[in-house]
Amino acid sequence: MKKILFIEDEAVIQKTIGDVLRQKGYDMASSLDGESGLRIAKSMKPDLILLDLILPKMNGFEVLKELKGDEATRDIPVIVLTNLEGVGDIDRVIELGAKTYLVKAEYSLEEVVDKIKKTLGE
Amino acid sequence: MVPKRTPEQSSIFAQCEKYGIPLGQCPSFLFLVMGLIIIASSLIAWGIGTRYIADPETVALVVLALTATLLVMTYIITKSFEKLAEASRLKSEFISVVSHQLRSPLINLKWATEILMSGELGPIADKQTEYFRILKENSVRMAGLVSDLLTVSRIETANLHLKKQNLSLPELVESLIADFAPFCEASNIDIEFNKENLLPSVFADPSQVRLAVENLLDNAVRYVKASGKIKISLARKSSNVHFAIQDNGVGITQEDHKYIFQKFFRSENALKHQTQGSGLGLYIAKSIIERSGGKIGFESQEGKGSTFWFTLPIK
Repeated sequence: MKKILFIEDEAVIQKTIGDVLRQKGYDMASSLDGESGLRIAKSMKPDLILLDLILPKMNGFEVLKELKGDEATRDIPVIVLTNLEGVGDIDRVIELGAKTYLVKAEYSLEEVVDKIKKTLGE
Repeated sequence: MVPKRTPEQSSIFAQCEKYGIPLGQCPSFLFLVMGLIIIASSLIAWGIGTRYIADPETVALVVLALTATLLVMTYIITKSFEKLAEASRLKSEFISVVSHQLRSPLINLKWATEILMSGELGPIADKQTEYFRILKENSVRMAGLVSDLLTVSRIETANLHLKKQNLSLPELVESLIADFAPFCEASNIDIEFNKENLLPSVFADPSQVRLAVENLLDNAVRYVKASGKIKISLARKSSNVHFAIQDNGVGITQEDHKYIFQKFFRSENALKHQTQGSGLGLYIAKSIIERSGGKIGFESQEGKGSTFWFTLPIK
């Protein structure tokens, strides 16, 4: 069973995406802030990380930088799932090593799940 | 040698950039220019005055008094314009913050509805499906509106950064037509696409131009009559590529022509035929095309249809 870590401070989004992915047979772990998210990522070594950018304690940019700077977590694919859509934000995230950048408002749940499957090579 | 900018000058330039208006329309810059003109014309007046009036002290006094009055007046006018510009910038920022805040609850609504509709939580009766569909359609519509507002606030706070590159307009148009195909088939709308062979690519930001073309196509599809016909053409015109989209829709009344690209404007004909729409699409399209160095315009006749066109520079 593939493990997915979802770092997102909005509990309802955690629940909707979490429920759908659990139903598809993924093992879901979640974190509501950047700091604990990074900690869980390092101990759990998930197959994929879904990352929001606006997060308490440590923002998504910093989390991503830490993840990609650590050899143990460098190879875990990261999908950024956010409401920010400034051109600068997208560039920065891709530069930092994220696989995909999704603006929540522009995708249906189904499309988000498809992107996750594709990133996991399924 | 490049002249060095004094700190005051560079702060003027920074201010103009903050408001996102060109130098020629920027209050603080205009004040500087007017100040220089006033000083120069005072010197000229003094020069002429001394030739015809015997007492140089009187001349100097009159000229000085005039110059001072003019400078003070200019300063007051400039300041009040700056206040207006600042108020408008704050308003755009407010829109941007509110739109971002609106997004989270909207997505929750949209995705929760999708889960309910998927039927995975239990069977849904037909009557329920209808209301779920209404929920979903309206959350999508609201998300679109919020997106439009964000684009507008980015345009107005000069935060719309264009990432220009070589871009193939035929490819872009074809992919958009494909996106609209399901809707067009369902509504019996026929789209014809003519393009010149060997069109050069244009130099513009692909995602922004896509947004502009999407808005034009969306309008054409929206306001076309039953069994509508839409013709899109691409052709080279000197150093530009010329895009045109023609529909046989409701058209725009003559009185509305001058307002059509204004923000939040919706023509009477549009309101009669479509209650949806934010009145932002054409404003966004115009802002994008003009910022990309192109021109945009239209011809329209009430009841016969409209043709919207734009040009984009090749390089």
